[in-house]
Amino acid sequence: MYRIVHKEVLTPVTKLFVIEAPEVARKAQAGQFVMVRVHEKGERIPLTIADYDRQAGTITLIAQEVGKTTHMLGSMAVGESLASFTGPLGRPTEIASYGTVALVGGGLGIAAIYPICRALREAGNEVIGIIGARNADLLFWEDKMRTVTDELIVCTDDGSYARKAVVTVPLKELLDAGRPIRRIWGIGPAIMMKFVSLTSQPYGVPTIVSLNSIMVDGTGMCGACRVSVGGRTQFACVDGPEFDGHQVDWDLLLTRQRIYVDLEKQAMEAYVAAVASQHA
Amino acid sequence: MAEARKGARGRQEMPRQDARVRIHNFNEVALGYPLKVAIEEANRCIQCKNPQCVTGCPVGVRIPEFIKALREGDLWNAVFLLKDKNSLPAICGRVCPQETQCEERCVLGRRGEPVAIGRLERFVADWERAQGMRTPERAAPVGKRIAVVGSGPAGLTLAGDMAKKGYEVEVLESLHVPGGVLVYGIPEFRLPKEIVSAEINYLRSLGVTIRTNVVVGKLYTLRELVAQYDAVFLGTGAGLPILMNIPGENLNGVYSANELLTRVNLMKAYLFPEWDTPIKVGERVAVVGAGNVAMDAARCSLRLGAKEVHIVYRRSREEAPARAEELHHAEEEGILFDYLTNPIEIYGDEKGWVRGMRCIRMALGEPDASGRPRPIPIEGSEFDMAVDTVVMALGTRPNPLVFSDAPELLRTRHGTVVANPANGRTRMKRVWAGGDIVTGAATVISAMGAGRIAANDMDAYLSNGCPEPWWDETQSSS
Ligand SMILES: Cc1cc2nc3c(=O)[nH]c(=O)nc-3n(C[C@H](O)[C@H](O)[C@H](O)COP(=O)(O)OP(=O)(O)OC[C@H]3O[C@@H](n4cnc5c(N)ncnc54)[C@H](O)[C@@H]3O)c2cc1C
Ligand SMILES: Cc1cc2nc3c(=O)[nH]c(=O)nc-3n(C[C@H](O)[C@H](O)[C@H](O)COP(=O)(O)OP(=O)(O)OC[C@H]3O[C@@H](n4cnc5c(N)ncnc54)[C@H](O)[C@@H]3O)c2cc1C
Ligand code: SF4
Ligand code: SF4
Ligand code: FES
Repeated sequence: MYRIVHKEVLTPVTKLFVIEAPEVARKAQAGQFVMVRVHEKGERIPLTIADYDRQAGTITLIAQEVGKTTHMLGSMAVGESLASFTGPLGRPTEIASYGTVALVGGGLGIAAIYPICRALREAGNEVIGIIGARNADLLFWEDKMRTVTDELIVCTDDGSYARKAVVTVPLKELLDAGRPIRRIWGIGPAIMMKFVSLTSQPYGVPTIVSLNSIMVDGTGMCGACRVSVGGRTQFACVDGPEFDGHQVDWDLLLTRQRIYVDLEKQAMEAYVAAVASQHA
Repeated sequence: MAEARKGARGRQEMPRQDARVRIHNFNEVALGYPLKVAIEEANRCIQCKNPQCVTGCPVGVRIPEFIKALREGDLWNAVFLLKDKNSLPAICGRVCPQETQCEERCVLGRRGEPVAIGRLERFVADWERAQGMRTPERAAPVGKRIAVVGSGPAGLTLAGDMAKKGYEVEVLESLHVPGGVLVYGIPEFRLPKEIVSAEINYLRSLGVTIRTNVVVGKLYTLRELVAQYDAVFLGTGAGLPILMNIPGENLNGVYSANELLTRVNLMKAYLFPEWDTPIKVGERVAVVGAGNVAMDAARCSLRLGAKEVHIVYRRSREEAPARAEELHHAEEEGILFDYLTNPIEIYGDEKGWVRGMRCIRMALGEPDASGRPRPIPIEGSEFDMAVDTVVMALGTRPNPLVFSDAPELLRTRHGTVVANPANGRTRMKRVWAGGDIVTGAATVISAMGAGRIAANDMDAYLSNGCPEPWWDETQSSS
């Protein structure tokens, strides 16, 4: 079960996995995620459903290697299986016919906005995509994004590819130019989502973000994932992960994401040492 | 280990790990009776003609009978008699609140100490497990399929009963390990997980299929299950944590007891970094609440290295809902109890971590709806506690995830499911429910009892051609 049937290296730190999970594929919708355990002693981590194929019975995940769990995942090969795979979790994106919409994907967020773009386009929206990464090496899925957008703006922070800009710059230009954007999705690192929300706020355009708080079960039973939205405590895994970006308490999210930094570092160092000794 | 044994009149003490040692490990605290001591304790039972102890047990365990078999040395018969009513005796012997159930009614308790029924139950069950697993006889298949949602004691009991009656049973569990609270909530030092997995293996040997990582309400809806199975049992418990909604509750260092216990028990954070999931418990911990959950969170905190652990409870020791033994063990281990105290605010440092908790002293007033004296804040009695970790153990309610797409399921305003206590039926046809999802957070044995009641009715209903009426609006108001 949960066998890896295909793997791609998208960037030096980003890997794509196609996982055999027919039941999950049958139910998956844009905006949802799965909880994954890589090995028997592993932690449960949330990963966005980047794509699904109901016919083939597969789910596509894209993971960025940041710590021990994502590195271990990154080292897995086709034919190996995940220890557990639970989903689809979270509320799906509210897909409707809004008119013109803009979807902003920062770094890994590109994976998350792809299925949303596709669903919105199928619902008859004019979809403008903005994707960006720190540099050319970290950018992926530009081609795939073109197939689900009517217009795609690509940028890198350092200008090593396409336009040199952070993603909020083209977004602001679109808004200033008076494009009739009815709704914005901004998905990526918390800090990028915060700035997308701050950018759109003066224009009064509803802006949806997908909050990546720390999770344990992903089903509402622990409260590890709590965030504050509009002054109310919400559980990101069941009440979200998508929320109104103008209402999110960003500082709280950024603080809570750091609860385990020192322990995560310790786990990563031990892992690197173990891998090194294996290859020695 | 060398506990002084009491005279013939008192009950036999159960050896346990020394408190100074055990606060540094997660091994089981209570060590169980040796055979000789178990027989001595069994000899104390006067074999009442009209045994009151049985009336105190929610599932009516044949107490004098199994005790008699035990003292006659016929242990297999003791196992048989015990398991006739209780399919999980190794667990109940350890975690039942015996002092308010079977043992409370034991006649010996009127003059002295009641028979240690729970400890004897544990002894017999542990003896059986030590003999190695017997493969049960499987009933002839009746050709009907049952879906059991949730693998806590309610679901496991129903699954076992229905499998024995010849039904094809599939248990659907959202977590990656089956067992419910027995696995993610109750810590290893009270209930070794090996015991729970032995029970799960036994169910598997009965032919029960257990599918983990299946979140009903997400992967399948209840409506889909009703369409695909002949009957559905809901035993998803009460897993949603209740928070206080006081300022500072989202600071780093504030946990729900569920999060702390899940990290520690299910994810084995106490073995970090060998196991990957971390936990962060500081030096001074305050646990709010005084039930079993609070005791478990406090005692886990101690074992994770906290120097000082407080239980903060708004009522007094009298009203504390924890099992007597847990309170006693917590006190032995040096947990500090701040009774008649209620938090009003948690405050943090500049980095967003807990620095302290402001509390107010309480006085007890007239009884409230729960029958316990109502705690009343004493004006002007506010004070600050310097703590770096706060754990909220204020209770739980059912997780609504399972109810998506089941509007006909009647629920109370507390979020629990309304079910007929006589048979476990909900208002949704062919859906039974039992355990914490119906009662709110209760006990292992009451959840098992509900599983058994539902199993009996489910079998009767399915084998009698599903007679009408399914639900009587008048009799089933909760
Ligand atoms: C709804 C949701 C969807 C996500 N989708 C993706 C995705 O598609 N691809 C992807 O690469 N990442 C995704 N993430 C983030 C991903 O879960 C974390 O990067 C991962 O858990 C890091 O684990 P680690 O052990 O490799 O790193 P660690 O060293 O443990 O942590 C690195 C960082 O990840 C965060 N993190 C750690 N543990 C968790 C956890 N259990 N839950 C959430 N965050 C955690 C921490 O804030 C930390 O700053 C998503 C997060 C959420 C909440
Ligand atoms: C920390 C703690 C200590 C306790 N100590 C004691 C004690 O000492 N003595 C005692 O008698 N009682 C104790 N209790 C109470 C007792 O454990 C519960 O009353 C009992 O476990 C309830 O059983 P249940 O079968 O109704 O549900 P649970 O044990 O809660 O099991 C429900 C299961 O359903 C699963 N589930 C939930 N939603 C879904 C879904 N949508 N789809 C699929 N699966 C789902 C859950 O993951 C869980 O595994 C304690 C409880 C806690 C939390
Ligand atoms: S199941 Fe619990 S209440 Fe019943 S006899 Fe055993 S210990 Fe007592
Ligand atoms: S009430 Fe006490 S003495 Fe009487 S049968 Fe039950 S356990 Fe034995
Ligand atoms: S991850 Fe546990 S409640 Fe959201």
